[in-house]
Amino acid sequence: MSAEPALELVEVEKRYPTTDALKGISFSVESGEFFGLLGPNGAGKSTLINIMGGLVRPSSGHIRVMGHDVVTQYRHSRNHIGIVPQELVYDPFFTVWEMLTIQSGYFGRGRENDAWLEELLVTLNLMDKRNENLQRLSGGMKRRVLIAQALVHRPPVVVLDEPTAGVDVELRRALWSFAHRLHQEGHTIVLTTHYLEEAESMCDRIAILDQGELVALNEQQQLIADYPHQIAVIERHLGEKMPEWLVSARVSSSRNRTQLQLPRDVEGQNRFLQQLEMLGIVRQDVRLREPTLEEVFLGLTGEGA
Amino acid sequence: MTLNLFGCWTLFRKEVWRFLKVSVQTVLAPAVSTLLYLLVFGVVFEEAVVVYEGHSYSSFLVPGLVMMTLAQNAFANSSSSILQSKMNGNIVFMLLAPLSSVELYLAFLGAAVVRGLVTGGAVLIIASLLIPVSLYSAGLVLLFAVLSSGVMGALGVIAGIWSEKYDHLSAFQNFIILPLTFLSGVFYSIQDLSPFWQQLSAWNPVFYLIDGFRFGFLGVSDVAYLQSLTVALLFLLMLTLLSVLLLRSGYKLRG
Repeated sequence: MSAEPALELVEVEKRYPTTDALKGISFSVESGEFFGLLGPNGAGKSTLINIMGGLVRPSSGHIRVMGHDVVTQYRHSRNHIGIVPQELVYDPFFTVWEMLTIQSGYFGRGRENDAWLEELLVTLNLMDKRNENLQRLSGGMKRRVLIAQALVHRPPVVVLDEPTAGVDVELRRALWSFAHRLHQEGHTIVLTTHYLEEAESMCDRIAILDQGELVALNEQQQLIADYPHQIAVIERHLGEKMPEWLVSARVSSSRNRTQLQLPRDVEGQNRFLQQLEMLGIVRQDVRLREPTLEEVFLGLTGEGA
Repeated sequence: MTLNLFGCWTLFRKEVWRFLKVSVQTVLAPAVSTLLYLLVFGVVFEEAVVVYEGHSYSSFLVPGLVMMTLAQNAFANSSSSILQSKMNGNIVFMLLAPLSSVELYLAFLGAAVVRGLVTGGAVLIIASLLIPVSLYSAGLVLLFAVLSSGVMGALGVIAGIWSEKYDHLSAFQNFIILPLTFLSGVFYSIQDLSPFWQQLSAWNPVFYLIDGFRFGFLGVSDVAYLQSLTVALLFLLMLTLLSVLLLRSGYKLRG
């Protein structure tokens, strides 16, 4: 990894008249890292990404892409970042190839870049759609074109804003594999996704945003280890009339299994297990496990039970 | 990197490409509807109205109609492209690119000028096949055509940025552009108006565009062509400054 971070965010704030979308976000993404940016809807992920690409101006703070400020050195920063937008947007006037050459031209690249554009078409399985008008493509194909457009200038930093939202399983796998390939080729990848298993299997480090604030940032194993709770699995249904403290600790409940969140520290765990014993659940009936990334995410963002 | 001239050229080329891909709608249709004006008004008033001694009403009307077409199309090119891109969301491709506000402006302006010249030229060529069109100074005709397309293209940039839906753009077109062009001497000379309307017309910048343009054809005009040229240049400069400021501020483009 080089000394200079691929992305550096310093106290980034975005205030709108009725809401504060970002409340002083600071973190860095190292060069070559596969970084996950998670958060529920409205957490501020897209606002942050839009500031990285210059689509939104920060109210205060700075973002640097490969050392270049996105506001004062926007030409350099935009040359170093490729953003795949979340929405399936396209220009209905042009074909796939025309759009790629136009996008490449915006970045100052002419015919000399055609070989790379052809390679992108091949890699993204778009070769047979090359002369197809964009509005005639399926949603999945449009998604591939968006990825190709974000890569026309060979950016070292690639931001994928929910690339697999609403795509079928086959395309999702193809996109995962493509993201892996980009990462192996040395690109820094920033991924936002609602599919926690995607982040779990692909990302080195994960940042979790909630209501415009950074609530966690670490390697995923460390995120789990730092989470103040573990999960108690009881292989039976505890009934509907549970005491209040038990209801608030419940993670999930089914006909023959109940999962509860209990403190990680020994003292807290003992107290919790003693309370369970008073309900007739002995320690032998309780299996402890580490929470999944999804459970940590839901716990930190208040989206869980 | 100081300038992205190739990026600017690409955006210009894309904007020209865009309107040429739908040339029936963007070139042929305006040309045909303008020729209908020429046929209707030309036939009705040809014998009854003499605006300038020695020139038929049709030869007076042609430069006005060419300018009206040119102005409306130059405006439509930049305004509709920006608004459509905003509404479709594909404006992000342009905004994510390393293009400065001046480069964005020049590309849209250049494409608007090309569309204005192409549609105006189409009307002029077809009209000259139907009636004799005199030409006093080709240089002045071209100069005013370029300036006028530029002025209206810049207005289109501002309207496209300001509008959030087609209703807004339609209001801009119907309540600003259309009255300015229709009340600018396309069909008449302001010398034939009452003093009040003459004074009011003197505040209409489009009047100077048409009057100077017509001078290039007929060699006569309501005001000195240098005055028209000065007004056109000042107006273009003012609109350019406003457009670049809007683009630089990110108003209604960058959140």
